[in-house]
Amino acid sequence: MTALPDTTGKKLGLVIDLDTCVGCQACATSCKEWNTQGYSAPMTDRDPRGSDPDGPWLNRIHGYEIEPESGHDSRVVHFPRSCLHCETPACVTVCPTGASYKRAEDGIVLINPDTCIGCKLCSWACPYGAREYDVDHGVMKKCTLCVDRIYNENLEPEDRQPACVKACPTGARHFGDLGDPGSAVSQLVLERGGFDLLPEMGYKPTNKYLPPRTKRNTPQAGIEALPKGDGSAMDRLFKLADRLLSGAGN
Amino acid sequence: MNPAYSVIFFTTASGAGYGLLALLGLTGARMGHAPSLLFAILTLIIALGLITAGLLSSTLHLGRPERAWRALSQWRTSWLSREGVAAIVTYPFALAFGLVWSGLVAIPDAVAPLGILTAILALTTVFTTGKIYATLTTIRAWNQPLTVPIYLFFALASGGALHWAISTILGMEPGTVPPVAGFALLMLAMLKLRYWGLIDNAPRDRTMANATGLGEHVRQWEVPHTSTNFVQREMGFVVARRHAQRLRKIFFLLLLLAGGLEGAATSVPAFAVPAALILLIAAWLERWLFFAEGEHVVTLFYGNPNA
Amino acid sequence: MCADPVVARSPKTWDEIKTTTCYMCACRCGIKVYLKDGTVTYIDGNRDHPVNKGVICGKGAAGIKQHYSPGRLSKPLIRVGERGSGEFREIEWDEALATASDWLGSVRKTDPKKLAFFTGRDQSQGLTGWWATQFGTPNYAAHGGFCSVNMAAAGLYTFGGSFWEFGEPDWKYTKYFLLFGVAEDHGSNPIKAGLGKLKKRGAKFVSVNPIKTGYSAIADEWVGVRPGTDGLFVGALIHELLNAGQIDGDYLLRYTNSPWLVIDNPGAADHGLFARDANGETLVWDAHEQAAVSTNDYDAARSLMGHFTLPDGRKVATSFQLIAERYLAPENAPDAVTERCGVPEDTIRRIAAELAHVAFKEEITLDVPWTDHTGRHHDKMIGRPIAMHAMRGISAHANGFQTCRAIHLLQIMLGTIDVPGGFRYKAPYPRPIPPHVKPAGKPAQIVPGEPLPGPPLGFVTGPEDLLLADDGSPQRIDKAYSWDAPIAAHGMMHMVITNAAKRDPYGVDVLFMYMANMSWNSAMNITDTLNYLTAKDEDTGEYVIPKIIYSDAYASEMVHYADLILPDTTYLERWDCISLLDRPISEADGPADSIRQPVVEPDRDVRPFQSVLLDLGARLGLPGMTTPEGKPRYPGGYPDYIVNHERAPGIGPLAGFRGTDGSLSGKGAPNPDQLQRYIENGCNWYYELPDEHKYFKHVNKGYLEWATGFGLIGKPEPVIHQLYCEPLQKFRLAAEGHGAIQPPDSHRARIIEAFDPIPFWYPPFEGEMVNEATYPMHAVTQRPMAMYHSWGSQNAWLRQILGRNWLYIAKERAHILGIEDGDWVTVTSHHGQIKGQAKLMNGVNPDTVWTWNAIGKRSGTWGLKQDAPEAKKGFLLNHLISELLPKRDGGYRFSNSDPVTGQAAWYDLRVRVEKAADQSEISSPQFPPLKHLGVGR
Repeated sequence: MTALPDTTGKKLGLVIDLDTCVGCQACATSCKEWNTQGYSAPMTDRDPRGSDPDGPWLNRIHGYEIEPESGHDSRVVHFPRSCLHCETPACVTVCPTGASYKRAEDGIVLINPDTCIGCKLCSWACPYGAREYDVDHGVMKKCTLCVDRIYNENLEPEDRQPACVKACPTGARHFGDLGDPGSAVSQLVLERGGFDLLPEMGYKPTNKYLPPRTKRNTPQAGIEALPKGDGSAMDRLFKLADRLLSGAGN
Repeated sequence: MNPAYSVIFFTTASGAGYGLLALLGLTGARMGHAPSLLFAILTLIIALGLITAGLLSSTLHLGRPERAWRALSQWRTSWLSREGVAAIVTYPFALAFGLVWSGLVAIPDAVAPLGILTAILALTTVFTTGKIYATLTTIRAWNQPLTVPIYLFFALASGGALHWAISTILGMEPGTVPPVAGFALLMLAMLKLRYWGLIDNAPRDRTMANATGLGEHVRQWEVPHTSTNFVQREMGFVVARRHAQRLRKIFFLLLLLAGGLEGAATSVPAFAVPAALILLIAAWLERWLFFAEGEHVVTLFYGNPNA
Repeated sequence: MCADPVVARSPKTWDEIKTTTCYMCACRCGIKVYLKDGTVTYIDGNRDHPVNKGVICGKGAAGIKQHYSPGRLSKPLIRVGERGSGEFREIEWDEALATASDWLGSVRKTDPKKLAFFTGRDQSQGLTGWWATQFGTPNYAAHGGFCSVNMAAAGLYTFGGSFWEFGEPDWKYTKYFLLFGVAEDHGSNPIKAGLGKLKKRGAKFVSVNPIKTGYSAIADEWVGVRPGTDGLFVGALIHELLNAGQIDGDYLLRYTNSPWLVIDNPGAADHGLFARDANGETLVWDAHEQAAVSTNDYDAARSLMGHFTLPDGRKVATSFQLIAERYLAPENAPDAVTERCGVPEDTIRRIAAELAHVAFKEEITLDVPWTDHTGRHHDKMIGRPIAMHAMRGISAHANGFQTCRAIHLLQIMLGTIDVPGGFRYKAPYPRPIPPHVKPAGKPAQIVPGEPLPGPPLGFVTGPEDLLLADDGSPQRIDKAYSWDAPIAAHGMMHMVITNAAKRDPYGVDVLFMYMANMSWNSAMNITDTLNYLTAKDEDTGEYVIPKIIYSDAYASEMVHYADLILPDTTYLERWDCISLLDRPISEADGPADSIRQPVVEPDRDVRPFQSVLLDLGARLGLPGMTTPEGKPRYPGGYPDYIVNHERAPGIGPLAGFRGTDGSLSGKGAPNPDQLQRYIENGCNWYYELPDEHKYFKHVNKGYLEWATGFGLIGKPEPVIHQLYCEPLQKFRLAAEGHGAIQPPDSHRARIIEAFDPIPFWYPPFEGEMVNEATYPMHAVTQRPMAMYHSWGSQNAWLRQILGRNWLYIAKERAHILGIEDGDWVTVTSHHGQIKGQAKLMNGVNPDTVWTWNAIGKRSGTWGLKQDAPEAKKGFLLNHLISELLPKRDGGYRFSNSDPVTGQAAWYDLRVRVEKAADQSEISSPQFPPLKHLGVGR
């Protein structure tokens, strides 16, 4: 099972818009709360009231700053990071038990919590830090792309999407089949120049990131500068007031 | 990478054990019998004891030790699984070899083939262990052509030193092992020197820019969580370069010392014992450094500008 | 190859889903709570809710951990040791309520104003304010005085609406969005969703904020203004637009008081007031008739500009003439302000040009006919698609009221209020300017054993409305509505403890507070506040504040300093109403309100505060809460009140499903099934206005008539924007020596300066009063997106995300100061010093340092272990902020507040930052740990 499927029926994944994410953590806590009671349960926190509380999180939001260059301002980018459901994920092939696998059906990379031995080797093999160890459960945890939501007939059809995507208030997260060039997510990637993280590692991530757009803090074509103060401002205002009188102004 | 003591213990202990076992198999095959029953039993107990202790330690390191048997299933893709299979397969052959080699079961014709087979299996197991690390592209310092040879020569050097020391303690001739041990030690020193040269000069061309796609001027501003997480603890540890350099020097000093003692042991056999002990300490240190110098690519997301 | 393991496709991990309203911040989103065997297992956004439409935020999704927090209180407590010692005895509710009513009863019988009743992050002000009225004390407010009152007052005195969550940008149509210092805890999901929409449409988003995080991080342009100088930036934009004649003259003439005539009679008692005719009607100048005519004469040829002379010889000028003269002056030009506000001159000019371009060259038209207040029919709705929004970054300065008015002036000059693409009102706004409610609490209105004749909070329009004692001193304990803060429409909670402890203007007998961490992160000057709370009278040996009753759900720092603790429920265990009488959840497209229902029963001996308040009201015999027979009027507690209380005939806390059969909205008889109907409707009610009522509500005849019938406003009168604010001039005239009610001499200059009827900028007081060379930097806080005040730190998930804070410094400045990333630094103000760890970044105004708000905790509180990073590495700026300004001439110390509204000036803080000599990894100050008072104590 740690052998990868030759092809997958779909390539389900996420598209994350770095131009829109404000770093509100909605995706992170929604992920945590769904998985704590869902497929990845229990995800217990250690020392939750103490000096260094910690538990498994399947989605964490980094904050980066792009240093100012000549002519450009600095910028802060909020950067959600979770499993990218790669096409050739070494985290799967290194697994000695077959607990890690990539689903032939939809490309989701999953861990079978019943067969994982908690050796952590998969976390070593993942360049993206997507796999975390659940100390209490003794097994590895990772983003399941909410495999227990996206097909769940007990949820309303609109809710059958990953918890993080449903939660996202800005609409910075998109879910769909990246193997279908006609899908909305594929189109978005095409339009916005979606990119892979660490492409040189050769893992072929399914998830894509949309780059922050260029700032618009320089003069734009078509917008006229206003006249500089020349002492005639009052005259202009009086003329305007007169025009208002002559028009159907009031 | 976090230098977890369980893993360091496993690789050093089982490495020495497999090295010893391989040398027992090879010398046994050459001589056709053990020098004495006591020697056979003692060396086999030490070799298999080290191997077993190491394997147990690595098993206890698992989150679910009771499921360890499952690790034997994925030998087609996983070097860790292959290691498990090789380790398990080695046992019966090693025991069979031990029985005939020690003379407890008198099938003299079986000694040579079983010895060679045991040696091959033992070294194969060490090979698979090396491969686990060498195939992880996420850690440049491990993903090196010399990783596996170093594991093998370390096993032979430490196993050889052990063999020599045990022989000395039992008042026996170490036979053909000393030149092998010495050669392995020399190779180890050279490979390790070369290895460190390679990783020091390897371009750290994986960048935060490529990890984040945010261009070359990106830096970490805020950590995702202010409390430390598994990924940071497991993969975020990198020893400071200056500290590493010092430890490397100490390592070579230990190798030099072990080599010197081995050389001295050719005339005063008793020196073989401290030589082995020092080499085991060197192994521990080298393995600690192996982890601590293993810079994982995930650190790029946690503030490391390049890896 | 073997097949993939079978994964259950449709697991049902819950057995019930209930809707209710979130309370993880002030946003009030609709949530769906998943329950399994009576335990909360999952919370997500309610797709059918008007506020969040299915999304949820980082806090909301962590609600489980708040609900099951070990910081929860579990039983009524009465203090047995000294205050602050943590020595309490658990008592039964009977004893607790008897004790409280005993304490309160004796106050009410003697002098009701000796009860100071202040509620914090209270979402039931409709009830709590009414309770105070019934009790008879004027000393009531919620936390608005240290939060939002500058914005509320500026808006309500200018355009009959407000920023904060009382209005919103037209996310659907706006093309240019200018955001000033918005906090994350109000309208949080709607703003995020709105920004997402702007991004999708490619509208330009400009953020004016000293700090480039959160919303500002995704802005198309960041204007890194110096704290407290937004007014200079806005003034320069106004200057540029006026200079270029880029204003919406039609809008100004029709819908604002721009053409109204102002008397120019310096030194006289009528100077600066509107000229009025014999009927008392304000006047405009008819250019054709060359005569002043009533502003209600809609056929007159109104002059926007000009100086004129009335028949009686008095000189007048139009409001707009005065505004133009003010803003065209060179001191408002970009080159004059650039240095002080830190915004490059070119940037100001460019943004002004962009505003002009979008407003006048990219106007949008909706094919929706409507009729204005004059009866004039319009075929279309024409919108100038520029929206602005502002919050605490403007509010928390001593010049916030006037700065906010300047922003409104800019919005209105461009014709962007409640037009397509502009900033839109949400019901019940627009309301008359200002709303027709006066504060009660004059000496004669306070009668032992009697209610007040009206609510304690309201809107004054002149000195005659102030709440002053017979000697002219403040009548309220917080000095709201006195000459210290005449338009303190939300009260001044930040001054209560200080004033009560100093018995200035008088002492109180009982301090009764709810849900406000006034001994810690909600207090300015924490050390002295703790002294005030524990100070004893030298003569009697009694505490100077003799009795403190406190209600909260959690073991906050404040609990330790109270005498009687009434433990509240969590938000998932209670009924609540988010009422149009309080802070509703309306949308710009129509009014809305909502409820909370208990989705689980409390597992501790706690009671919802609102029901407790009604119980106490009945025990005290408060008229509204007792029947003529002396029985409790609302025996069913808060839900009984929500359904059956009527503020005016047919108007109750909830607007939906009224009438005996639930078919009425707005006005209608109480409906016994109302709560059930809400529950069936996802715990909310929303009425979408017809398209012709959605815009121009302030002057939209159809809307105004509907709103009158619905009960939102009293009469269908237009809400004419008051660019020139006459009530301010009345206070100024008093300060200049006119009229019977005048400020003391110590206050005159300050009133004359600040009460300018035309918006203007003045330097924040603290910056002016301390030596700039000694305290060269500004220090402010930002609200972390995943935390709401101090609450989040007890949350096992949220505290992993943000368990401590750093002091963020601009890289370039840090290098000059010799501070490196990770250094521990001291921050010193005129009032105190703290130590925290520094982090460097680029995206911050170089004269500003900042940190996350309310992360620092006192050791031992909130159910955290004593070595929690919140206590050991976290820190608060509160220790640096004095509630009083340095002494003025004459020795009087004004509160650290806006002189108009009394808004706490948190962000005026000036500091010096240095590398700490002591680099030990611990923040300072550190206080002795407190005992854990939460569950399992």
